[in-house]
Amino acid sequence: MNTRNRPLSPHLQVYKPQITSVLSIMHRITGIGLAAGALVLVLWLGAVSAGEAYYELAKAVAMHWIGQIFLIGWMWALFYHFCNGIRHMVWDLGLGLEMSQVRVSGWVVISASILFTLASLLVGFEYFGNI
Amino acid sequence: MRFLKQLRGLGGTNEGTVHYWIQRVTAIALVPLTLWFMFSTVIMKDISYSDYREWMSSTSNIGLMILLLVVLFYHMQLGLQVVIEDYIHNVKVKLLLLSANKILTLCFALLGVFFCLLLGFKG
Repeated sequence: MNTRNRPLSPHLQVYKPQITSVLSIMHRITGIGLAAGALVLVLWLGAVSAGEAYYELAKAVAMHWIGQIFLIGWMWALFYHFCNGIRHMVWDLGLGLEMSQVRVSGWVVISASILFTLASLLVGFEYFGNI
Repeated sequence: MRFLKQLRGLGGTNEGTVHYWIQRVTAIALVPLTLWFMFSTVIMKDISYSDYREWMSSTSNIGLMILLLVVLFYHMQLGLQVVIEDYIHNVKVKLLLLSANKILTLCFALLGVFFCLLLGFKG
């Protein structure tokens, strides 16, 4: 079969990024990132069950600024995937499928994920503002 | 949902309908579980070892954590499967990755559940 000269569908780069396509790929990227986060959650539980020394080590990693960047990233990714997942389930019910509604719900998801992240950070500081 | 009939047997690994449903069922179950997990985690930001052990010794918290791990890893396996099916076109590599995905997610889920039970029984 000659696969050399067949016409190819346009590459992704020729399209102007739109909120629909950008949010869709972000759902996938956050999903992959959260898979790594899930593995870290298991490692965390392992560290806790291994005893206090391992717990303190895991906590030191989490509290290091690099750890904090990862944790805040995972936090936002989880809120984003959560909100956009609900958006998908609303679509599955056959609701909100007009283009205008899709754009509005897209911006709602972006705003909600950022707001939830900021609120969580604030609550975290509220409880333990002494680090 | 009539269109689901036409999807039977479709999808990269010929199990499209089942995949679709389990993805949705696990997603719905993950809504309350995620809220519980995030709320609990956010307020314990700087928690000490003994306080965390105490938190992980209550039956409800251990149970919810185990439930979260099982549903989360199932959902994750399904999601990663679609990513592999979409981007890996070499049949051998694809089958290898799909198998690795199933085995590793199962192993990590079991490991997580094991750690939870360990924490519960150590008291």
